[in-house]
Amino acid sequence: MLGQAILNLFIALGVPEQQAGNPTVATVILIAAVMTGFGIFDDIARVAGAGIAVPVTGFANSVTSMAIEFRREGLVLGTGAKMFALAGSIIVFGVVTAFIIGLISALI
Amino acid sequence: MQSYTVERKIGKQSVLLEKTVTLLSSATVAGPKESLGPLSAFFDRHYDDTILKEKSFERAECHMLEEACHLALGKAGLSPEDMDYFIAGDLLNQVISASFCARGLAIPFLGIYGACSTLTEGLSIGGMLVQGGFARNVLVATSSHNCTAERQYRYPTEYGYQRPGYAQWTVTGAGAVILSSEGEGPRLESITTGKVVDAGVKDPFDLGVAMAPAAADTIYNHFIDLEREPSYYNLILTGDLGGMGKKLNEDILASKGFNIEPNYSDCGVLLYYPHQKVDAGGSGCACSALVFLGHFYKKMMEKELHKVLLVATGALHSPTTYLQRESIPAIAHAVSLEI
Repeated sequence: MLGQAILNLFIALGVPEQQAGNPTVATVILIAAVMTGFGIFDDIARVAGAGIAVPVTGFANSVTSMAIEFRREGLVLGTGAKMFALAGSIIVFGVVTAFIIGLISALI
Repeated sequence: MQSYTVERKIGKQSVLLEKTVTLLSSATVAGPKESLGPLSAFFDRHYDDTILKEKSFERAECHMLEEACHLALGKAGLSPEDMDYFIAGDLLNQVISASFCARGLAIPFLGIYGACSTLTEGLSIGGMLVQGGFARNVLVATSSHNCTAERQYRYPTEYGYQRPGYAQWTVTGAGAVILSSEGEGPRLESITTGKVVDAGVKDPFDLGVAMAPAAADTIYNHFIDLEREPSYYNLILTGDLGGMGKKLNEDILASKGFNIEPNYSDCGVLLYYPHQKVDAGGSGCACSALVFLGHFYKKMMEKELHKVLLVATGALHSPTTYLQRESIPAIAHAVSLEI
């Protein structure tokens, strides 16, 4: 619902309807990341559950929370190395799934 | 082979202390959530944030532990030089909070790991050292911190996920106690060292249920070894079984013929108000430390309680074993205290 409101906002600002999806997703990611930084996200997630964890907001939260958590271990071996520890498998299996689906659709 | 008589051992798992081993003084330091709980007034120091102006949560935990040790020493009017041993442990890898705290205290140090059973494990070892004539004063301490434990065992602190209703909340805080061969205070009277019991639970959020069979086993053996009934004690206190584990412990003991319900309580259940969103209750080394050393120690000093059986319980899993689909082994150590 929040996403739809942002989407409508971008359309109202003159972004063509077909292209308005991308800045909307980027904005939602930004909001989730900032909320994580301020420590609000986990409180919302305890109540909202899958509603906030499954979409792109959950992904943004998993990356940002790891980045903050391991900042003390340094930028390279802490934040940089641990950032995708939770989200990494989503990327890996996302790519693998996309490849398989792509293969199937190419064969059909 | 020369026969050797073990004078102090009773039954399979227990020892009875003959010399006076008193809990000379105790001190507790509590984090923000614990300071808002029903037992807040009993803690010596309260913090309204979890970082304590330190650079990391790990350092904050160590800070709390150091503070608890110095407060306990101050109350007894003793200095670190008066201590013969420092026995401490915590939940973190390589028991870093305890070791780093020991670095500053300069007391001969024994680092122990018993997960959340650390307090009674420390009291057991310390009590035997004093009984055996190896030490006059022993400092026993333990700590846990919600943010360090969450990061090590579960997810980053800011990661949003739904905790199951039976999950427990790792307590932020530290407790220290001085065992001494002289002075006034509750007397450490007997020790029952627990066996590792594995109930086959694999869910790392379901620790209360994983630990309850270990607690029941230790309490049962304590009663058998010392030929006592539950009514012998004013209070039987388990460490951090939480709501579900407490019920399970009662049920297991009832099926073995011991009804502990009338004088039984659990630290994890007592530490927070229900509205504090801790689900099944508190857990962690500091749970039994705060509740016993803060609340019930004072009750014993005021002679409101005369005989207490303290049974701290620990889940001995690690994030590695849980990911490798191993079940969660658990342990419980009991000490009885009298005044």
